[in-house]
Amino acid sequence: MTEFLQMGGYAAFIWPSWGLAVLVLLGVTVSSLRHGRRIQKELEQSELKPEQKKEQS
Amino acid sequence: MFDYLANPARFQRIANVIRPLAWLIFIITLLPGLYYAFFNSPADYQQGETVRIMYIHVPSAWMALMGYVLMALMALFYLVWKHPLADIAARSMALPGAAFAFITLVTGSLWGAPMWGTWWVWDARLTSMLILLFLYIGYMVLVDSFDREDRGSKAGAVLLLVGVINIPIIKFSVDWWNTLHQGASVIRVGGPLIDASMLIPLLLMAAAAKWWFIAITLIRMRTLMGERRLQSRLASRREGGAHD
Repeated sequence: MTEFLQMGGYAAFIWPSWGLAVLVLLGVTVSSLRHGRRIQKELEQSELKPEQKKEQS
Repeated sequence: MFDYLANPARFQRIANVIRPLAWLIFIITLLPGLYYAFFNSPADYQQGETVRIMYIHVPSAWMALMGYVLMALMALFYLVWKHPLADIAARSMALPGAAFAFITLVTGSLWGAPMWGTWWVWDARLTSMLILLFLYIGYMVLVDSFDREDRGSKAGAVLLLVGVINIPIIKFSVDWWNTLHQGASVIRVGGPLIDASMLIPLLLMAAAAKWWFIAITLIRMRTLMGERRLQSRLASRREGGAHD
């Protein structure tokens, strides 16, 4: 296990590479999903008639 | 086919089917891809274990290029046929494309430090890749810096088309100039030079990167279409005398 993590002495280059990639791709994924969900919710809200909106709040 | 897909409602119906499929293919290529990349592929005889950086670096670079080419194609569709869906597609691909360009540069640097003995050189391949990242960022800033959205779209589309000249420069930089970067070993005339034991994880990771890109692009397109619908709805409500 330790041997695997040491990556033949190149751990300091290999793990940051993969870590950064995961971080960036995960960040784009989460922000895309969140933004999408927010807009979807706002769209549903705007479909309600004003009276319904008052009842809801 | 483009005309067929250009209908937003129809596009959305098809996208709703493709999106979960894209996530599924992403997962079933990513997991074995990671397994091969870390546990079931040999260290390189010259690079040692740093070859494992390649399995994220090269797929990212391919997707950064492919993403840009697709955006430029959308820009052409938008300028010629004025279809808003092409503009929405281009805008939606910019962030995931930029993410790949960024990952390519940083992982390349992290590989170069132990292998070349330098983090960075201003040679043709590295510099043109940096320009690609700047084009992505420039596009994202440009399309959002106009009061009227369609002006931003048009300016952005022109930037994408002008910048497409950078793509063959990146691809062939390793043949045209002396550069530290090695030449192509997969997409080349005469077939791949790389051994199957390394080609398998590379292609699996490339597939994973591609399907992630597709899934994210479709999500962002739906969001952007929703935003536009929201804006026009609010605008028509304001014009309609606004009782709320």
